[in-house]
Parts: sequence; structure tokens; C-alpha cells
Amino acid sequence: MATVDINLHKSVDEHAHHNDHHEEHHHHEESFITKYIFTEDHKMIAKQFLITGIFWAIIGGALSVIFRLQLGFPDANLEFLRPLLGDWITTQGKLDQNFYLALVTMHGTIMVFFVLTAGLSGTFSNFLIPLQIGARDMASGFMNMLSYWFFFLSSVIMFISLFIETGPASGGWVVYPPLSALPQAMPGSGLGMTLWLVSMSLFIVSSLLGGINYIATVINLRTDGMSFSKLPLTVWAFFLTAVLGLLSFPVLFAAALLLIFDRSFGTSFYLSEIYINGEPLHNMGGSPVLYQHLFWFLGHPEVYIVMLPGLGITSEIIATNARKPIFGYRAMIGSILAIAFLAFIVWAHHMFVSGMNPFLGTIFMFLTLIIAVPSAVKVFNYLATLWRGNIVFTPAMLFSIGLVSLFISGGVTGIALGNSAIDIQLHDTYYVVAHFHLVMGSASFFGMLAGIYHWFPKMFGRMMDEKLGYVHFWITFVGVYMVFFPMHYLGIAGFPRRYYSWTNFNAFDSFSDLNAFISTAAIITLSAQLIFLFNFFYSMYRGRLAPENPWRSNTLEWTTPRFPGHGNWPGKIPTVYRWPYDYSKPGAKEDFIPQTVPFSATPESNLPHETEMIELEKEFAK
Amino acid sequence: MTSLFLLTGSILVIAVFALVYRILSLVNIAKKNQGKRVGASNTVNSLLFILFFFVGFGLIFWYSGKASENFLPEAASEHGKLTDRLFWTTTAITFVVFFLTHVVLFLSPYFFRYRETRSAYWWPDNTKLEVAWTVVPAIVLTVLVFTGWWAWRDITAPAPDDSLQVEIVGKQFNWMVRYGGKDGKIGKHDYRKIDATNQLGMDFASDKSNFDDFTPREIHLPKGKNVLLKIRARDVLHSVFMPHFRVKMDAVPGMPTSFWFTPTKTTEEMRKELNDPNFNYELACTEICGQGHFAMRMVIVVSEPEEFEKWYASQEPWAKQNADYIASLNLESNKELAGLFNQK
Repeated sequence: MATVDINLHKSVDEHAHHNDHHEEHHHHEESFITKYIFTEDHKMIAKQFLITGIFWAIIGGALSVIFRLQLGFPDANLEFLRPLLGDWITTQGKLDQNFYLALVTMHGTIMVFFVLTAGLSGTFSNFLIPLQIGARDMASGFMNMLSYWFFFLSSVIMFISLFIETGPASGGWVVYPPLSALPQAMPGSGLGMTLWLVSMSLFIVSSLLGGINYIATVINLRTDGMSFSKLPLTVWAFFLTAVLGLLSFPVLFAAALLLIFDRSFGTSFYLSEIYINGEPLHNMGGSPVLYQHLFWFLGHPEVYIVMLPGLGITSEIIATNARKPIFGYRAMIGSILAIAFLAFIVWAHHMFVSGMNPFLGTIFMFLTLIIAVPSAVKVFNYLATLWRGNIVFTPAMLFSIGLVSLFISGGVTGIALGNSAIDIQLHDTYYVVAHFHLVMGSASFFGMLAGIYHWFPKMFGRMMDEKLGYVHFWITFVGVYMVFFPMHYLGIAGFPRRYYSWTNFNAFDSFSDLNAFISTAAIITLSAQLIFLFNFFYSMYRGRLAPENPWRSNTLEWTTPRFPGHGNWPGKIPTVYRWPYDYSKPGAKEDFIPQTVPFSATPESNLPHETEMIELEKEFAK
Repeated sequence: MTSLFLLTGSILVIAVFALVYRILSLVNIAKKNQGKRVGASNTVNSLLFILFFFVGFGLIFWYSGKASENFLPEAASEHGKLTDRLFWTTTAITFVVFFLTHVVLFLSPYFFRYRETRSAYWWPDNTKLEVAWTVVPAIVLTVLVFTGWWAWRDITAPAPDDSLQVEIVGKQFNWMVRYGGKDGKIGKHDYRKIDATNQLGMDFASDKSNFDDFTPREIHLPKGKNVLLKIRARDVLHSVFMPHFRVKMDAVPGMPTSFWFTPTKTTEEMRKELNDPNFNYELACTEICGQGHFAMRMVIVVSEPEEFEKWYASQEPWAKQNADYIASLNLESNKELAGLFNQK
């Protein structure tokens, strides 16, 4: 393996030099197409994922505001949306009921897959893995490029589905059959659902291509000295996220494939004894619960696919800005490993009242509550990292602290929901909506924003504006709590999810003021994202030029030049000597010691066992 | 006109915003405070966390009291009281954790904000602490799991034999309900027998116990008796949700499901308790099923057992109401049916 490694580095080294040489003299060498479109540079691919993710986040957010208008102001005349939505606004100026469900469905699909999976993992795994482990690029630049373009194709198809006459898929983001399998059940289950399935299949291909690449890169292309025990927690998180995706996405693919068969080729995997639209269907012996098992076998790990990168990013940012080593580095890795493992054996807690055997419910309740332990360990470690730190509140740091807060407040309600006896009442109410929007939606979203603020200088060589970042953070943080915290009250009062209106029921005929409040908060929160968009695009071109290591961070990406070319380091790839969290080490001159500084250069701050390492370093240098 | 208005409005807002931003950044350059490692905003941010903590928790405490009047009232079923207690216990424990972690998270950053003169404390790990905060949550969770498990085990145990059987069938977009009639047995069904008249697909040819089944428009339940809901769906997934009884179970096409419980308060008692003469128990759908998902309402009437028996006996079998349909089936058993009606 070592020889392969060296050879590979050498050839890319040469390639990089070759490029450098040419770039100096002929700028037209890299054409627009190979540099910005069909690029194999992991940094550019990361930016492609990021920009596409931002595009989808705007759409996904806008969709939620439209259905929040319906929920918060059920009597309002929405005629002003007609130019945008056309006949989805009824003649009475109301939102069409089918389109309401389409909005809910597409909001979920877009946010979970296109924003928080592709936009988050796609961006930061791509950008940070090679930079932080000391590699020239991904193991396969070509596959990486394919991964983006499959995602792009999938995005185009999903985007088109928003505009077709029968509307996009509308059966909820989980698209449970038979609703999603029968075009006669709702308009969205026609062409819209077909496009959803095609788009998601391509998305899975993209995810797998990306994931294989991340795993191969982390295992094979680490620079000299970068053992697994010296990897930044970001890379650990991205690595295990990729493993989760690689093992679970194929199952979703299988589920989707069987659904395609049921829809188009008359099979009965999920369908049985159905009478709809005045006629009995021929299907017998299928089970809708089978689909739910397959779906959640991806669906639950997916929650952690979304969450782990955010937690990894947060670990890095909190340590850097608290100027303190991450507390319990090994415990952090252990808890990620535990979460990644347990993520695969808790899926049926989404199905306690699906009609599956109650004994299975018992097993999954036990496993589910076990997963709360590593999550709690992570939270306590974050708190211990902040404790007695010397905290610099950069916007990235604020969003990271926000993430920890959201992770706690969304996480604790999971303990109620994971208890099958309690879940009977809470299942599919707004309590669930509150829970996952806080712990998975908002927390991951905060992780993504924290990552953008933190690594923007490395991505674009310029700084984002801090003050705008502060304003953006505080409005968003307050806003997110104002939107999602009140939903607990709705949930405890039994309000079911995916309801167009609750006024039919005496039981749910309250809280109309609270719903109006939530909707208002949602509009304000979404509007505040304009501050971010402005800051992002303005700083990209006009921002202050970034210093090489603006956050005084230890990790390898800050040893590259301000505008790293393809190949990342102009010369040799640096060697790594120490773990990435030597912040505020007693005796050290500065409050940080980058990973590339050998122990022999820091005799004043070395711990006893590190002094012994100096001998090894000398031998290594020979 | 409105859109033009909105457009100009938003352009103006953006223009003002851009101007303010430009001025601020120029002021920043003029002040040349960019060389310093942190500015005054570091302290401001740490103070804002404290403010956020007090305002946030203040709002939670204030509103939680106010909102409780809109919560569902105390459970009207036996197991519901138990799950409610579990829920509030869990909520109390988790709220304490939520509160204490936030005390540290939001209040401490002010004291540990960056200052040139101090340095962070080198504290990379502490095995005792790690073990403590692994073991303590594990123990607490074990207790919660076991109490939850005991409750779940009892709730999902097979229904007692003397339970009243009620069939609930979901379809786009309403519920249908059927009782076993005189023999208390709900007849077999076959989805291929469904048509515009026989909405439930009762299979009269193969099961005679269908003949005395009746299908009221409301669900009637006796107080204090065990009730077994036999749940099925005709077209897509639905979910039976009876919020006041803390009952929820999916209705699955092709796979019958069930849920049993014991109502403990009559509708009248609940009306008095809530001081609301219009109160009714309700059945709702909680599994997305299409356009009319939000409108699948059915009223549930709980009465004293005697009153319930009277109601039960007064119900006319479906087969009698639809004698033409039965005749059109040309069944051998039609004669027996005639006998059955004559008995009454």
C-alpha cells in the first residue's frame, strides 16, 4: 500500500507542478469548461455542490413559507400568489389541498436529500477530506465529477417535476405506498411520482459515487504521519457518514425499484386487496409495511448522514474558537462510531404504530434509547470543551454553539418519542415535527452555515463580513426557536401532521394564534437568510482578502496558499506530526500549534510522551 | 399592481440595506480596528447568549402555563392515564437536562470569552468524567425504557375475550364503522365484493354472521368495557387516531390491525368536566392519505353500559336496510335471512 501511495503522490505532484508551470505562462490552459463545469478538482466540485445546495435551500424554504401561510392564516386570500402558482390557487383564493400536500412533500424531500445530504456532505466532504488529510485530490477525480453531475441531473428532474400539470410527488417525503403507487389516489402520484423516483434513483447513484470516493480517499491518501488517531473530527465524521450512506442508500434504491415495479409493471410488492376509484385492483399478497421497513432502513441512517457532518464541523470549530483541545477526542470518535453502528438498528422506531408486531416495537425501543447515550456524550464533550476556554465568537462559532443548543433541545424530545408507549399518542403529531426539525433539520442546517462561515476564506480566498454574520446568526437562531419550539405545544395537544386545516375537529380547534405566530416567525427567519446570501455572494468578489490562517487553526487546509490550485499544495505535501487540537498548550508560544510542527520544534510545550516522539521523528526524517 | 408594489418595496429595502452595509464597512476601514484579534462584538455576543437564555426560558415557563388549557384533557382511557404519566415523567427529566445543559452552554461563554490576558485551560480529557456521563444517562434511560416497556407490553397484549369488537375501515376520505350485531361477531369481508352499496365488502355468501352486522354513522362505546378495534383500510394507508383515548394504529390495506382499550369517561362526563356542552370525542386520520386527509372526522359517543346496550339493540342490521342488495345476491341463505328479520 505504501508504495502505491507514494507513486500516486508523485504522479499528482508532477501533474501539479506541470499545471503550475503552465498557469504562470498561459492562462488559457485550463478552459472555462474544465475549470468550472466538468472539473475534477475536489474544491471546485465542493463549490458546485454548495451552490446547488443553496439553490435548493431557497426553494425548500420558500415552499415551507407558502404552506405556513395556509396554516398560520387559513382565512387569508392568497390570490397574490397566482402569478407564481397559477391554478394551484383555487378560485376562492385558497391554496389547493392537493398542492398543499405537494408542498409539504417537496419541502421534505428537498431539505433532507438535496440540501442536507448533497449540499452538506457533498460540499464539506469534498472540500475538507483532501485538504485536511493532506491529499492532492480525491482518490478518483473523475468519479467525483460524475457524482456531482448525477446530482445535477437528479436536481433538474426534481425541479421539472415542480412545474408539471398534475404537480410533483405529494405523498409525504416518505412516499408510502399504496398512496404513492396509485395514480388514482392523488394527482401527485402520477407523473410527479415517476419523476420523483427517477430523480431519487439518480441521487442515490450520485451519493454512492461520492461516498465510495470519500471512503477510499480517507483510507488511502492520508499524508505521511496522518494516522487515524490524528485525523480531525470533521474527517472522522465525513468518513463514517460515507460508510452509512454506502450501506443504506442501496436499500432505498431497492425500495424505489420495487415501487417502480408496482407502479408500472403490475407487481404486488407493496399492494394488496385494494379497492379504489370504484374498482378492485388485482394485486394480492403485498405489504405496505415492507416498504416502510426498507424506507426507514435508509431513512434512519439518513438522519445521521445529515447530522454527523454537522457534528464533525462543530467539533472542529468549537475547539478552534474556544482555543482549547476538543474534550475527549477518543470519546468523540467512539461516540460517532457508536452512533453510526446503532443508526442501522433503530429504524423501526418510526413504525411503532404501523401495525408491525408489537414485540418488534419492544426491541426497537430498547435500541433507540441506547443511541441517546453516545449523543449525550457528544453534548457533554462540547460543553466541557467550552468550559474554561478563551472563546472567540466568530459567526461560525455562534452557529456551532447554536447547533449544540438545537441538538440538545431536539434530542431530549427523542427520548419521549423513542418510548413506544408514549409514541402511541405523539406519533405523526406536531411533536414529531418539532423534534426532527430541531435535532436534524435546524441543527444540521446550522452545521452547514457554520462550515460555510468557517471555510469560506479557504474556498474563495476572501473573508465574509462578520457583523452581517452576527445579525444573520441572531435572527436565525431566535427565529428557528420561535418556529419550532411552539410546535411542541401543538403536538402535546394532538395536532396531526400534514393537515391542510384543523378546524374540522373540536379537539384541534385551538392555538390558531400560535400557528399565526409560527408562520410569522418562519417568514422572518427565511427573510434573514437574504442577509446571508448577500454576504456570501458579495464577499466572494468584494470581501477582504483572507489571511492564510484566519482562525489560527491547526489543521492542514490552512497550510495551503490563499488560492490553492488543483493539487492543493504547490510543493511537497506537508508531513503531520501531531493531533489537530494542540490549542493553548501550556508552555507554547502561541495558543495553537499546527499539525505540521514537529515535536522537536516545540520542546517548551511537549508532554513527556511527546518528547519521546522526537527520536522517532528523527528516524522518520532519515 | 400588488406585485409591482412588492417589487419596488423589496428593491428599496435591498438598496437601503446595501447602502447601510457600504457605510458600515467604510467606517470599519476608517477605524482600522481590523488588526485586533477580537472586537467589542465578542463581549456583545457572549452577553446576547445570556439574554437569550433568560428571555427564552422566561417565555417557555410563561407560555407553558398558558398553553396547558389547550392541551388535550386528561386521558379518557385506562392505558392513556399510564402513558400520560410516562410522558410527563420523561418530559420532567429531560427538561431538567435541557435546562442544566443550557445553563452551561449559554451562561458560561461570557466568563470564558476571549481576552488577550488569559489563556484557555489545557484539558484534553478526563476518563472519570467521560465514564460518569456515559453511565448516568445510561441508567436513567434504562429506567425509562423499562417503565415504557411494561406499559407497551400491557397495551399491546391480546385483547381480553369479552371485548366489544368494533370494525373501523378507512377509505378516501371517511371512516366506516361496523358492529357484530346480535351475535357480536363481525362477518368476513372480501375486497372484491365492494361496490357502491356494499361499501365494506361484506361477504354474505361465505359468512352468515354478516347478516346481523350494523353500520352506524357514529362510533358508540360503553364506558368501562374493553373495546377491541379491528382496523383495516380499503385503498391507501390511514391511521386511526382517537386523541382523548390515546389510541393510534395504522389502517393498512391487505393487513388487518387492531388496538384495544377501555374508555373511562362518558361523553356527558367529559362535557361537564370541560364545561363544554358541544364536546364530542373524535376520530381523526394521522397517516397522509390524500386530498381529504385533514377531514376524516368521525364522532365517538361514550355512554354508560346500560345506555349503550339500549342503543346497540336498537340498531337495524345493514342487510335489512339493504334488502334489495341481498336479494340480488341470490344466496341460498336468503331464506334464513328472512327468518332472522322475522324474529325481531
